[in-house]
This record gives sequence, C-alpha cells and structure tokens, in this order.
Amino acid sequence: MSSQATGPVVLDPTAESEPVGRARLPRPPTLKGLSLGLLDISKARGDIFLDRLEARFRQEGAQVRRYKKPTFTKPAPVDVRRQIAEECEAVVEALAD
Amino acid sequence: MPPEVKRPPLPDGLVAFVKRDCPTCGLVVPVLKGLAEKLSVTVYTQDDPSFPASLQPVDDTGLERSYLHQIEVVPTLLRVDEGVEVERTVGWHRKDWEALSGKGGLGTGLPALRPGCGSASVDPEVALDLRVRFGDHALQSRRIEFGSAEDEMEALYERGWTDGLPVVPPTERRVLAMLEGTSRNPDEVVAHVPPDLAPCTVEKVAVNAVLAGCKPEYLPVVLAAVEAACTEAFNIHGLLATTMTAGPVLIVNGPIRRALGMNSGRNVFGQGNRANSTIGRALQLVIRNVGGGRPGEIDRATFGNPGKVGFCFAEDEEGSPWSPLSTDLGATAGQSTVTLFPGEGPRTIVDQLARDPESLVRSYAMNLRSLHHPKAVMAFDCLLAIGPEHARVFAEGGWDKKELLARLHELLLIPTEELVRGAGGVAEGVPENIQVKALPKFRPGGILIVHCGGEAGLFSAMIGGWVTGEMGSQPVVREITR
Repeated sequence: MSSQATGPVVLDPTAESEPVGRARLPRPPTLKGLSLGLLDISKARGDIFLDRLEARFRQEGAQVRRYKKPTFTKPAPVDVRRQIAEECEAVVEALAD
Repeated sequence: MPPEVKRPPLPDGLVAFVKRDCPTCGLVVPVLKGLAEKLSVTVYTQDDPSFPASLQPVDDTGLERSYLHQIEVVPTLLRVDEGVEVERTVGWHRKDWEALSGKGGLGTGLPALRPGCGSASVDPEVALDLRVRFGDHALQSRRIEFGSAEDEMEALYERGWTDGLPVVPPTERRVLAMLEGTSRNPDEVVAHVPPDLAPCTVEKVAVNAVLAGCKPEYLPVVLAAVEAACTEAFNIHGLLATTMTAGPVLIVNGPIRRALGMNSGRNVFGQGNRANSTIGRALQLVIRNVGGGRPGEIDRATFGNPGKVGFCFAEDEEGSPWSPLSTDLGATAGQSTVTLFPGEGPRTIVDQLARDPESLVRSYAMNLRSLHHPKAVMAFDCLLAIGPEHARVFAEGGWDKKELLARLHELLLIPTEELVRGAGGVAEGVPENIQVKALPKFRPGGILIVHCGGEAGLFSAMIGGWVTGEMGSQPVVREITR
C-alpha cells in the first residue's frame, strides 16, 4: 500500500467483487422501425406514463412492446429480462410515484 | 492445523517440553539429567529460559515449537528419529518414560505417576494470538494493511465500511475470536446478499459482526438474521431500495435472550445494551459491505429512520401473559429465534386511563388507524409492542392474544366512504369505484404482537410496516443455532 512501515492489518468486510465495465450501446440514430420495450414496474400510475410514451414512440415509427414486473419491490424476473433482451433493441423502464 | 503451516524440525533423540511454573516439570529434572548422560536430550522451556539450568534448555518462551508441535501438557517427552516425532508421553509416568527412552530404573525416588500441567501454548489467553502468529487458520478475506502513520479508525471510514459511527477494526485475531461463536465453517455460504447478490460466507458475516461491535456469542443471531433477511419472503432488496422509511427490525425470542443479556425491558428500543445495539447493526453492515447496499445509492429512502443503524430487541416472555411472537409465527416453544419485520420507527400509544380491555383496544385501534395514513388500508402490516402495564389490563380482563387481535381487526374495519379519495377534503385515499362498504386497515395476520418494555408506564408502541405480503415483505422467523 505504501512505503511506510506497516500498520495494523484488517480483513476486508466487502464481497471483494470487482464490477465489470461495459460500454453502452451506441444511441440508435432513429426510432423508425425500432423494436422498443416499455417495462411497467407495477408502481401506481406508471402505466399512465407508459401509455403516453407508447403513443409518442408509435408516432415516431417505433414498434412498441409492453412488459410488466409482478411487483415494483423486487428485481424483474429472469424470464422477463430475457424476453426483453430477445425481442427489443431498446427499453424504457418507467419509475413512478 | 492447515497443511501449509510448517513445523520447525526437532533434533533427534529425546525432546522434552517443560516450564518452571509446573511442579511435575521440577520433579522430572533429575530424570532428564540422568537420561542426558546416556542419550541426546533437548529441553525446550516455555517460561524461564534458565530452567532447568543443568540441561542447557532451548528458549521456547515465544512458544513457536510448543505450539507448532501441538504440546498440550508439560512435561511432554518426545522421541524423534530423523527429524520426525515417533512417540510421545505426557506428565510423569515412570513406565511410559522407560518405554519411550528404552532406559530402565528412571526416577526411582519419585512417585510412579504424576500428572503434568497445561502447556503455556494452550493457555486460552494466548491461544488466539498464537493462531494468528503462526498462520494457523484458513481465513480467506483479503488482508488490508494500513500504513503505520494512518489512523486506523479514520482509514476504516475512508474505505466506506462504516454506517457513520466508528467501527471496531476487524483484525485477524478479532475475526478468529468471533468465529468461535459458531460451529459453522467459515467458508460456508450463508446467503446471497442483495442488492449485488454477493455470496456471503460465515467469515464475512463475522468480519462485519466485529465491525459492528458484537461479541462472539452474538454471531449465531447475526447469521440467522442474515439468512432471514435474504429470503424471497423478507425481500431485503426491496426494503433497502424503497423510498419509504422502513428497515429490518429484529426481535429475538427464546433462551438465547437471557444468555446474551439482551434487553426486553426498560428502554427496550433505546440505547445501552450491547447485544441489542450491535446485532441489528451487524446485519445492516453485511447489507452495506457485502451486498453493496448503501444509502443514496440502492438505498433510496426519502427519510430513513434512526433504527436503520440497527434495530434489535428481545421480547419479555417471562412477564408476558401470552405466547411469544416467535410461536405465533410458527416456531416451536422454547426455540431461540430471530424474527425480522420490515418496520419504521416506533410511535408511542399513551392510554393511562383504560382499566378494561375494551377501552384499551379501542385506543389501540384509533392509533393504529393513523399508521402511514388514516386512509391507507391493507397496504402495510404492524408490529404492536404492548408494555407490561397495558398487558396487565388485558390479562386481568381475561383477554388472550387471539381475542385481542380479533377485536382489533373488527375495530379497524373502516367504512369505505371515509377512505375514498377526496373524503374529508383529502385527495389521498382509495379509488372511488370500490364497491365494498368497508375495508380492513390490516390484512388477516397483519398485526403482530410482542410484549416488551419497562414495568412502569401505561404505554404501548406501534411500529408500522412496509409493503405487505408476497408483493413486498413478509415477517420471517428463523431458528438460531450455534
């Protein structure tokens, strides 16, 4: 750690995991023809926001697909995540309240 | 002893381990001297480098050879051949010494048998230091070495390992001592801790329990709490990430409460008891450090509450007229358990005039209705902590817990017209299109009762929950095993 004489030694209390850095996908140049997922996290009124987004995206020519988590309190189930990854080129996750 | 620990070789011939403090060692000095005239004899001395002077002892006051050759008693006599121990005997037993040395007529003036004393290397006060010094353990965590000019307390803050309060530096010695609180293997995975879903070993829980200030005997409670928190039912991920104020509340039941000296009485939710103050804190530090759940990051609480540093207490079972919370949730009577409840801070219910159960239960209902919002229904559970003076009112009135709960649920069936949006000039509320005439404040089973608090004060307390049921978090009870 340093060139100083050693001090106390302690044990690392963390999981010692190292996050993997991943580059973002390039921004799509256009929404036209894009398969776009909208994920409703089941928060109250999130659907209202997504309905509005869907209408706007459709005007821009995107193909919109809707998805929903069973509850906002837990991470999206693996199957939902996989389905979105397979069917969509971009996704919007709506937080609400 | 892990295989990588190397034992220093011993000289061939007879090898004895002694200490001056041991009367049996003093007794066998003439015997050893006699043997040394005929054979190669090496004596290692544990306490006084000049003892026994006549045998030119080898100084083992650092206990390296004693420890690494697992000497448990002095005197111990070994026979070593080509650097390898081939035989050993402990204490003074003439026949054994004669058999081992191959020489007859030893110590003829001595009693035939005299037990030895404990080796200095197994003294409990130094045993942990020796394990650390000689690397006799299998701790896996990365070692972090501070510079000598670094203030270790400040260094622990700078690394982001604390909850804002100082922590105890988790040295190898302290973590090894902590692990003696459990019979579980340090490398056993206890749970995958959200939000990172990082595998968390018994050792990592122990490191964080040291940080929190736990004693080793608290570790089994912390382990059970980590397991309970990381179940699908309790859903610590959601409880951590929520904007609401709640955090994990730990209630301890069973014999372990008394064994740990936990507080279930005066100032039960407050400061002043080490077990109460550190066990809940250890769980929160595991979530922070192992799971990666930190305030302002995944923890999105708008307010939080002071109990999120750690909120743990024991039920007063001895003074209770009723069954404990743990058995209400399915545990066996007499089991030591920890129950996790997703709760916010406690609020007092003051009723100093009720002398009959019906009056008091009505007071409770009025107060409980206000949790989260007087118009919020079926969304949150509640932990109702009944103080001894209030419990006495129910006991003297002949009400058991079942009757109390039934009446509470009955009183908390609220007319829908009072709950709908706009009612009372308040926009908040349930949708207007609900057809039923009344709605319950709590789901069935949504009121949990625990008996605790000081003997004086006609008070109870209510701890509001968080999103209830399968969609949120459910109370989880877990047995505590050593």
